[in-house]
Amino acid sequence: MTDEIVLQAKGITKRFPGVLANDRVDFDLCKGEIHALLGENGAGKTTLMNILYGLYRPDAGEIWVNGRQVTLHSPRDSIRLGIGMVHQHFMLVPVFTVTENIMLGAETLHREMGGMPVTGWQRWWQTIQLDVLDRQGVAKKIAELSHQYGLDVDPDAMVGDLPVGIQQRVEIVKALYRQANILILDEPTAVLTPQEAEELFRIMNQLRERGVSIIFITHKLKEVMAVADRITVMRAGRVVGTVTPQATDEAQLASMMVGRNVILTVEKKPTQAGEEVLRVEGLRIRDARGLEAVRGVSFSIRAGEILGIAGVQGNGQTELVEALTGLRLPHAGRILIAGRELEDLSPRAILEAGTAHIPEDRQRHGLVLPYAVADNLVLCTYYQPPFGVRSVLQPKAIDSYAGRLIQDFDIRTPSAYVAASKLSGGNQQKVVVARELSRPIRLLIANQPTRGLDVGSIEYIHREIVAMRDQGIAVLLVSAELDEIMALADRIAVMYRGQIVAEVDAQSARREQIGLWMAGVHD
Amino acid sequence: MQLDNESRGMFWRSVLSAVRAALRAMLIPLLAVFTAMLTGGVVIALAGGNPIAAYVGLFQGAFGSARALSETAVWSTPYIFAGLAVSLTFRGGLFNIGAEGQLAFGAVAAAWVGYALPEVLGLSLPPIVHLPLAIGAGIVVGAIWAAIPGALKAYTGGHEVINTIMMNYISLNLVSYLLNGPMKDPDPLNVIARTPLIDENARIPPIVEPLRIHWGFPLAFLIACLVWWLLWRTTLGFEIRTVGTNIEAARYAGIRVKRILVLTMALSGALAGLAGAIEVTGLNYRHELGFSIGYGFDAIAIALLGKTHPLGVVLAALLFGAMRNGATRMQFLTQIPVDIISVIQGLILLFVAADRIVRYLYRIRVAEERVVLTRGWGG
Repeated sequence: MTDEIVLQAKGITKRFPGVLANDRVDFDLCKGEIHALLGENGAGKTTLMNILYGLYRPDAGEIWVNGRQVTLHSPRDSIRLGIGMVHQHFMLVPVFTVTENIMLGAETLHREMGGMPVTGWQRWWQTIQLDVLDRQGVAKKIAELSHQYGLDVDPDAMVGDLPVGIQQRVEIVKALYRQANILILDEPTAVLTPQEAEELFRIMNQLRERGVSIIFITHKLKEVMAVADRITVMRAGRVVGTVTPQATDEAQLASMMVGRNVILTVEKKPTQAGEEVLRVEGLRIRDARGLEAVRGVSFSIRAGEILGIAGVQGNGQTELVEALTGLRLPHAGRILIAGRELEDLSPRAILEAGTAHIPEDRQRHGLVLPYAVADNLVLCTYYQPPFGVRSVLQPKAIDSYAGRLIQDFDIRTPSAYVAASKLSGGNQQKVVVARELSRPIRLLIANQPTRGLDVGSIEYIHREIVAMRDQGIAVLLVSAELDEIMALADRIAVMYRGQIVAEVDAQSARREQIGLWMAGVHD
Repeated sequence: MQLDNESRGMFWRSVLSAVRAALRAMLIPLLAVFTAMLTGGVVIALAGGNPIAAYVGLFQGAFGSARALSETAVWSTPYIFAGLAVSLTFRGGLFNIGAEGQLAFGAVAAAWVGYALPEVLGLSLPPIVHLPLAIGAGIVVGAIWAAIPGALKAYTGGHEVINTIMMNYISLNLVSYLLNGPMKDPDPLNVIARTPLIDENARIPPIVEPLRIHWGFPLAFLIACLVWWLLWRTTLGFEIRTVGTNIEAARYAGIRVKRILVLTMALSGALAGLAGAIEVTGLNYRHELGFSIGYGFDAIAIALLGKTHPLGVVLAALLFGAMRNGATRMQFLTQIPVDIISVIQGLILLFVAADRIVRYLYRIRVAEERVVLTRGWGG
């Protein structure tokens, strides 16, 4: 790390209707440093990065790259200035090879970089021109790059066949191929196993040594402490401060993010497991493509206990939860709730058997975003008295119920009539949690209940889940965050390629061992 | 007490915001109509006519006299029913292009009950029985006809747009066969493809003789209220809207999505069938080939212009009815062909569908828009 500043944002302000997303934000990045950007959801990190990547134009403020003030009209401009971004969702075509993916859209770019700026008409012309693709040349270049930075990417591999961790490296190579020396990594570890994350940090260190500057966006405090040179914390659109890992600790970072002291560990009493609530025997489930995603899974959960299912995303957890909540029909196996086998496996039958479901994707499954908060709070019970009496909705009953839940669960909303889409991610999740936990239930299925949430909301939802357990409810917790599983679960089952490969008592579980099981390594 | 005041304040605030939302919702359609009329005026001028004289004629023809008002109501009646039919499917996330065919079937069914049922049964039915039977037949047949593409969508995934278009051809040709064959008016002097006149007892009485306005017009308003009530005050309406807004969340909430898809289409078909039945029992007293051509298609434009809200649909239907009705007088006064009305209606639809143009022209910012370009897993 040197003191040479390669990228600087001065007084960036960006206003969206009703929100001040960035308020006079100052940020700078030195050559060869990893600068972590930490903050809750909605703190303005992504807005700032989108401004630096040319996706948004700031309302006020200046951007300086390599000592020159610049105006970014589009990502094209920022790429030309050597800024590369790896998005949370990879922008890769699965049926193309690594080489083809990296070439995609870069051919024309290549010609531009040599000469004069390209005007609109020329760009049109270039788009319709047919070029002979120089696959071999590019493949060679990729091999060089991947060797140089220790990335280990096979240029001829089909992207769809690669594990997520490698796909991410392809994105990094793609940015390097476009001659990026400033990399923005947006929540890069969220899809990775602990081992893959370690590997990514090794690569990040290597890139730093070769003079690449990295902005690392995350909400995981441990990671920040491990790899960052400097840490900038944002809250509510403003920069709270910039610190070094040596001069801070996790607790301080958390309170900077949230604006108050946060309890990072979940307090919970030892479990007092009662009778069996959910039993699953030999469950086999096919995914949307007809492939067997769950291959013979059996487990049971007792009242007052939390079974945590650990595993990297995409190992059958989604399908398992869908089957348990009636959204997907298993083709073999049995599901028993309170000792009774369910004959009708429809979502409503399972719901009425006393199951609450916090879904993986709250915006897709858990909420009807254009609906008012009140309507979302009765999404599963609208037809039952007092909300629906003889097929007629009772707005008064719905309103007063909504008012009560908004208060009880501290949902921050201007009123019960505001559309759920207007709420922040944490409050949207609170709407889901409030709805699901306010029904008479005996089983709670929570799939990634804190994904994408800020520290404050995570703390809140963790406490709710433990409170449910203490009330004698059986909890199935599925999470790709090993820390979450370790903190909450009483027993831990590890899923790998559609099977439960290990089941251990949470107290005797070792983090490293579970990480290995998640990666499919057996002793 | 304080809490009471607070909740009352909240109530009024919510009423106020609802009114504001309604006005905001009407802004774009109103500007779209205005812009379309303006553009239509340019077209009239280019064709060598006087736009002002043309629009004066149009207005006179639509509202200038008691008879004009009555005729506007007569034109608007099927538009309201059919517009409601199409907008209901939009609310349910479906697109019913088949209102035309459902309407024609409803008309044929109502006509058959109207002229043939007494003969079949061998007895004369009193109006209190006969008229509801005729209208009911139209509703049921329309509902069944629309439920077919609904079921195809729900259980096989066959797209309702394609299937309703196809079924339009089937129904229109089938109706043509019926009116030329088994159901043709047996009067030896008749050369037209039409049914016999329906029984006196199966007719909706006119409101004021000799004007043609009949009780089907107020009924249309009543049905519009009913559709509003169904959509926003019943559990079925909640289910329809949830399926239409977020089908995944509907499944998650335990709503039987397939059943709702079929039911939504059936309800839509019922409304379209009702449009046909009312035309037969209230206005023409028979079904004639070609009388209804276009109602079901105009209904799509009306549903969109009305923002698929029952109130908006009524207003849009009145506008379309007035334009269709006034066009004749306009042609009589200024020799501008009535077809210009189709041009203007097309332009309205264009401006409503591509509301960006309108927003750009009048510099209207969208308050709700929040640009989300990159989204996390958590969203």
